Amino acid sequence: MKNSIKSDDTLKVGSHEFNSRLIIGTGKYTNYKQNSDALNASGAEMVTVAVRRVNVSDPNKPMLVDYIDPKKTVYLPNTAGCFTGEDAVRTLRLAKEAGGWNLVKLEVLSDPKHLYPDMEETLRSAELLIRDGFEVMVYCSDDPVFAKKLESMGCVAIMPLGAPIGSGLGIQNKVNIRLIVEQSNVPVIVDAGVGTASDAVIAMELGCDGVLMNTAIANAKDPIKMALAMKHAVIAGREAYLAGRMPTKKYADPSSPLAGLI
Amino acid sequence: MYLIVNGHRYDNLEDDMTMSELLDYLKLPAKKIAIERNREIISKSTYNTVRLNDGDIMEIIHFIGGG
Repeated sequence: MKNSIKSDDTLKVGSHEFNSRLIIGTGKYTNYKQNSDALNASGAEMVTVAVRRVNVSDPNKPMLVDYIDPKKTVYLPNTAGCFTGEDAVRTLRLAKEAGGWNLVKLEVLSDPKHLYPDMEETLRSAELLIRDGFEVMVYCSDDPVFAKKLESMGCVAIMPLGAPIGSGLGIQNKVNIRLIVEQSNVPVIVDAGVGTASDAVIAMELGCDGVLMNTAIANAKDPIKMALAMKHAVIAGREAYLAGRMPTKKYADPSSPLAGLI
Repeated sequence: MYLIVNGHRYDNLEDDMTMSELLDYLKLPAKKIAIERNREIISKSTYNTVRLNDGDIMEIIHFIGGG
């Protein structure tokens, strides 16, 4: 990562700073070992995690922390499965006690068919969490109006969906993502919808500060290889964005000079 | 006494058991989990001193894979 992007081009979220602009999930992998290998290949420094009951009947079951060290990789606990602000606060307070950090991912979902965020409840939850001292990275719809409200409220990162969670459809509404990028003063991270490397490149070329993905890596035929591809994609997209692309033209423009032809 | 832990009922537990003793009994590592008793978080630093009461409802959580 360091060879490719100048080291001062870091992602700053709340009180944290990262060299990698890729955040990966830890769900849907065959096992935690594969997950850990994919993490290493991706170069990501932050992973999303879920908070669930311990299996009391089988205490020897492998635990995520045995494979991905929370001291080396930032755990970003999510609120998946919460449908109200109170549930989200309860879950993340427990997460804080389990790990001791403030940076969290708020996601309040609605219908299981599309898993779109319930924005009314998301706004309410964000307020409760911020009041409770959390640094909230918020999964939201790609609506610039809601995104602005969440930023004004004090969320530390705006995370609009590119397409429904787990769909792999890619960035469906580039216009909205770009509007959100242009208006935001906190990092904008596309969360959900990425299917393959080119989708991550598009998100970064639109000016997003990062990409969060889970299924695109976990459900690839070779998750480790795809994790590596995503690492390069995020770097490529970021560098292309910083470089500033050439203008598009309607007609050809020769690359070799026409003067001096024999 | 009895306790409800993650929805399971545990009967005939020692009275006045501490939180640490319950974790030993369940063979769970204190470092990797967080605990709620009757909807209130029990701070890790108090596991040795907090005594549990008959009928307490416990939630013991940890981190698992998620997106």
